[in-house]
Amino acid sequence: MIDKVCASAFEAVRDVHDGATVLVGGFSGAGVPEALITALLEQGAADLTLVHNNAGNAELGVARLLAAGRVKKVICSFPRSWESHVFEGLYREGKVELECVPQGTLAERLRAGGSGLGGIYTPAGYGTELAEGKEERMIDGRGYVFEKALKGDFSLVKARRADRWGNLQYRMTARNFGPVMCMAARTAIVEVDEVLPLGLLDPEGIVTSGVFVQRIVNMKGAS
Amino acid sequence: MKSDWSPVSRERIAERVARDVPAGSVVNLGIGMPELVGNHFSPQHEIIVHTENGIVGSGPTVIGALQDFDLINAGRKAVRLAVGGHFVDHVDSFAIVRGGHLDITILGAFQVSASGDLANWSTGDRDAMPSPGGAMDLVVGARQVFAMMNLFGKNGEARLVERCTLPLSGARVVTRLYTDLAVFDLSGAVPVVLDLAAGVSVEALSYRLGISLQASASGISAYGS
Repeated sequence: MIDKVCASAFEAVRDVHDGATVLVGGFSGAGVPEALITALLEQGAADLTLVHNNAGNAELGVARLLAAGRVKKVICSFPRSWESHVFEGLYREGKVELECVPQGTLAERLRAGGSGLGGIYTPAGYGTELAEGKEERMIDGRGYVFEKALKGDFSLVKARRADRWGNLQYRMTARNFGPVMCMAARTAIVEVDEVLPLGLLDPEGIVTSGVFVQRIVNMKGAS
Repeated sequence: MKSDWSPVSRERIAERVARDVPAGSVVNLGIGMPELVGNHFSPQHEIIVHTENGIVGSGPTVIGALQDFDLINAGRKAVRLAVGGHFVDHVDSFAIVRGGHLDITILGAFQVSASGDLANWSTGDRDAMPSPGGAMDLVVGARQVFAMMNLFGKNGEARLVERCTLPLSGARVVTRLYTDLAVFDLSGAVPVVLDLAAGVSVEALSYRLGISLQASASGISAYGS
């Protein structure tokens, strides 16, 4: 019997190694997997490369990993977000590396990684500083820049509901990077509000196929 | 084929393939002989069948009034959805295929080479219709590629060959080959014979195919019995 539900968040992140690339879902606060981030803090992995839309807000989300000195590099589209002082401080002191990527490019690089493509050509950033050193080409008279596929060793994602196969539904805009980050990680770990018996999620309404998900953490009843 | 060789039936080949699929695997079944493999999966094993047209968790084929031709597999046969099964669009379907999310793809073959090259999309005839379909994505994406075919063609020509003469679907992709006379592991330099049908020997088969074969170090199993 397939059962991807783990005993705890800590159990789910047990093998995240030092130096791992970790994709973290969420846009601003929505969809940020706080329980998995807490577990990763306790677990202790360091030198992480985080891929996230932002670079943490206040003392929440990935800012907690940054503040604890666990992060070597951040790949994101919008580090200068509300109360992003933890990241800004470390960045100005040269203690964390930043790779800045246009938001649509971040999503498409992950999609390419998750779907076995080498990369994509996008017009976003063509002719700008962010395209420097990258292959550029003209397609039908428009300029494009080549962006390499991006994959993670792990992803930490938050969803609304799952079943034991790892099929997922999300809650409103908390969906954001969740589906693509499940695809793009070797091990996708998802915290959910509840786990339903197999067959109760509407087959037409499953947003992320369980094929893309390796571990589920059920937060229902967890304190 | 020599007269004292007893080829294994298509159902028994399918049964043998099904035995090599671990419980909980995500598997894509190609059109033709591979479609039979699904009939031999044990429900307790919860093997998730992916179809390239967008089912994750396909159940068996259905007949009569149960048929709904909006719920079909890649071979255009009406199926049932397994409990837990669901639908994906073509982009996600091939993301599953190419992105390393498929454990095994089981495909029919025209020709397979000793090093695992697969030819299954074009007979090479001038008036034939070349049809790659999903095959080229499947063979590069799946972690393992199992091929199924009769070992000799209608005119007695060998179909496991040193070099494919038909156009390739992928180079060095097939890991296991299941035929009516033998099962081969193609992951090494020389094909390794795992199972042999009654009356067949490695030496005689190697002679008839015109290629080197190795007997499995752990012994050869009786095939189809």
